[in-house]
Amino acid sequence: MPSFVKMEKCDGCKGQDKTACMYICPNNLMKLDKGRMKAFNQEPEQCWECYSCVKICPQQAIEVRAYADIVPMGGAVIPMRGSDSIIWSIQFRNGNTKKFKFPIRTTAEGSIDPYKGKPNADMSKLDKPGFFNLTGPMPTIGK
Amino acid sequence: MGTFGNPDIVEVDTDILIIGGGMGACGAAYEIMRWKPDNIRVRLVDKAAMERSGAVAMGLSAINTYLGENKPEDYVKMVSNDLMGIVRDDLIYDVGRHVDNSVHLFEEWGLPIWKQPGDEDKSLEQGGKPVRSGKWQIMINGESYKTIVAEAAKKALGMDNIQERVFIVKLLLDEKEENRVAGAVGFSNREDKIYVYRANAILLVAGGAVNVFRPRSVGEGLGRTWYPVWNAGSTYAMAAQVGAELTMMENRFVPARFKDGYGPVGAWFLLFKARATNGKGENYLEINKAMLDDYPPYGKSHVPATCLRNHLMMKEQKEGRGPILMRTDTALQALAKSYEEEFGPKEAKKKIKHLEAEAWEDFLDMCIGQAGVWAGENIEPEIKPSELMPTEPYFLGSHSGCCGIWVSGPEDIAPKEWCWGYRSMTTVKGLFTAADGVGASGHKFSSGSHAEGRIAIKGALKFVLDNKGYKPALSRSPQDLAEEIYAPVRTYLAHKDYTTAVDINPNYITPKMLQFRLQKIMDEYVAGVSTGYVTNEMMMTIAVDKIQELKKDSQKMMARDLHELMRAWENYHRIYAGEAHLRHMLFRKETRYPGFYYNMDYNFVDEKNWKCFVNSRIDPKTGEWTAFKREHKDLVPK
Ligand SMILES: Cc1cc2nc3c(=O)[nH]c(=O)nc-3n(C[C@H](O)[C@H](O)[C@H](O)COP(=O)(O)OP(=O)(O)OC[C@H]3O[C@@H](n4cnc5c(N)ncnc54)[C@H](O)[C@@H]3O)c2cc1C
Ligand code: SF4
Ligand code: SF4
Repeated sequence: MPSFVKMEKCDGCKGQDKTACMYICPNNLMKLDKGRMKAFNQEPEQCWECYSCVKICPQQAIEVRAYADIVPMGGAVIPMRGSDSIIWSIQFRNGNTKKFKFPIRTTAEGSIDPYKGKPNADMSKLDKPGFFNLTGPMPTIGK
Repeated sequence: MGTFGNPDIVEVDTDILIIGGGMGACGAAYEIMRWKPDNIRVRLVDKAAMERSGAVAMGLSAINTYLGENKPEDYVKMVSNDLMGIVRDDLIYDVGRHVDNSVHLFEEWGLPIWKQPGDEDKSLEQGGKPVRSGKWQIMINGESYKTIVAEAAKKALGMDNIQERVFIVKLLLDEKEENRVAGAVGFSNREDKIYVYRANAILLVAGGAVNVFRPRSVGEGLGRTWYPVWNAGSTYAMAAQVGAELTMMENRFVPARFKDGYGPVGAWFLLFKARATNGKGENYLEINKAMLDDYPPYGKSHVPATCLRNHLMMKEQKEGRGPILMRTDTALQALAKSYEEEFGPKEAKKKIKHLEAEAWEDFLDMCIGQAGVWAGENIEPEIKPSELMPTEPYFLGSHSGCCGIWVSGPEDIAPKEWCWGYRSMTTVKGLFTAADGVGASGHKFSSGSHAEGRIAIKGALKFVLDNKGYKPALSRSPQDLAEEIYAPVRTYLAHKDYTTAVDINPNYITPKMLQFRLQKIMDEYVAGVSTGYVTNEMMMTIAVDKIQELKKDSQKMMARDLHELMRAWENYHRIYAGEAHLRHMLFRKETRYPGFYYNMDYNFVDEKNWKCFVNSRIDPKTGEWTAFKREHKDLVPK
């Protein structure tokens, strides 16, 4: 069920030492062919179809073709991921299409300030139940 | 500069080492930085990029553990029943009383959580009512779930303290102190570098195990497993190898999912009230209901245990009344009709369209491949039902399974035999785990895994502070370790020119073929899909022998590049995870999880003799396994 890279669209992330697709694939599948400066999926049968590479590619060069040994050809599922929402286009084998849009986050990417407005930890509570920001009395079984 | 075959060795000293970058690790990274004194060093190592690593890479459509108005006691009861009674109430309760705090953080960081009409602008913390798809689950727009949680973790820890694309191969014991972890060793899958870590404490949170069993798919679709194909059992294998006690490794998870794509079924059952039927259109849960009487109390509760629901389904398949169908058609038609009656045709159409989008989002947020299957097969769910199928088995401790490592429980709850000092410490000093790593405590899911990572790292910090003077002394030299890790590379370089076809060579085995061999053994002898999840003692005994030979041959794996080197060591971990599973199954003389597997020599649940934990340990000096019973206790009355 593998990802594939369109020859024409991939620019090898302009020769940077780390391409976006190589950076992101959780299974280390994307590889850059330095001769052609094009990326490819080096082990298609280990692809989880997680679309991480598809979503991150700045050139929209990557798509997924459902696994050939199971799924009839001709369908496609194509995302366009923005900063706060994602649009999915579904193309059916028979030509029908569907489109969906879903929110993905309510804050700007990169804007998280992890401890803003949060209390400091009370070291005397390190071996007690609770978190640094959850300090009230904790329930225990039967109480 | 290192070369292929001659890597650089980089030695790293740290106080706390976090292995993994998933939900558990992200929780730990966030919590630790608030507690730790400045002079305590923390390092996190992930084989992938945290932004999309682990089981949540694709996203999720629900947070499956949010207590809200529910009591932790009731959460314990639900988990216990679903896992056939043998769980650690102390660990589950502890997650239950902490978990909501993590969910509130997720929302604050930017994760969209669905709210009841009127509460859209209120956060959960402010009392906003979530949309629940079940008693414990809340719905989210979760495409960016992992991205968001990782962003907070990375910011908290700082990128200087994080190494991505380093695969950890093994843990190292202390040279002088018995049963004490002192470090770990791994390699970069990008550069010719070996990393040797010396640490005072280690949090091992590298996820569950996938692809130990032969998957149903055989060709290009091999990677379409339900749990993430890249979690290779590293957690269980590495802990076991240094002598950590494992628990309930006989447990496995065999989810019933949409056939081929393994897409989630929850929304269809819960939101659309769809029914699953056999091929004749009969509701097999109804007609086979009497079968549940064989398994009191687990079959008799309001929601029977997951494995028992599989059990009823498998009867239909085995007796030729397949396929099992999710009746999306009748469910949508019924909904359309009732909406029409209630709201009129125009409004009904709008409502159905909205529901349809929600159903697709369930796939697109966490199993996009299923959308691909429906697109290729022209599935219109309102017209055509879809097939369901139980998957190949997986090992995990955070989802609906409970295999893993035996850890120390919370002091205020755990009886003393379940509590030996530091919360979340394994039986090896200095080694901690959480999330998929913890055994006998399932149903934590994404949120509970994050919360448990936070709980565990506090234990680890306390340990480090109490052992400040400790100087790790590794039991093996870095050179020796580098030699071992790069052995598959050397094997390849030494023999590659012996034959004209690089894959076929009597001097070595490719990681891929070794993996197939493991999968064949597990599938055919240890109750995989090909036998209908059935095995017996003789079959398992044969498997033990075959695994021993496989282990010998694993020394002959080759690797022609760093990617393949990672595959080689992943397989090594899979073998240990698989062997642990097999040995536990062989030890437990009953069938505790009918519907997940059947030991036909003992095809019954034996509450009298086997309502106990099965634990095991490898002696790190001799490599010998022993399995043994540990007493079970209910802390929350059931
Ligand atoms: C298909 C699917 C659906 C799910 N649905 C839901 C749901 O709807 N709601 C919900 O709440 N939960 C759901 N879950 C469960 C949730 O994803 C897990 O409970 C959670 O991610 C477990 O956290 P973890 O930290 O143990 O493992 P993971 O999050 O999987 O993280 C493991 C980490 O370890 C790293 N790693 C692995 N091996 C090594 C190694 N040798 N060296 C270095 N790093 C390594 C990986 O790269 C990864 O970073 C679902 C999971 C799946 C797969
Ligand atoms: S991210 Fe896109 S453009 Fe960059 S190398 Fe990969 S496929 Fe090519
Ligand atoms: S779809 Fe996922 S697993 Fe497949 S190549 Fe892309 S990032 Fe890797």
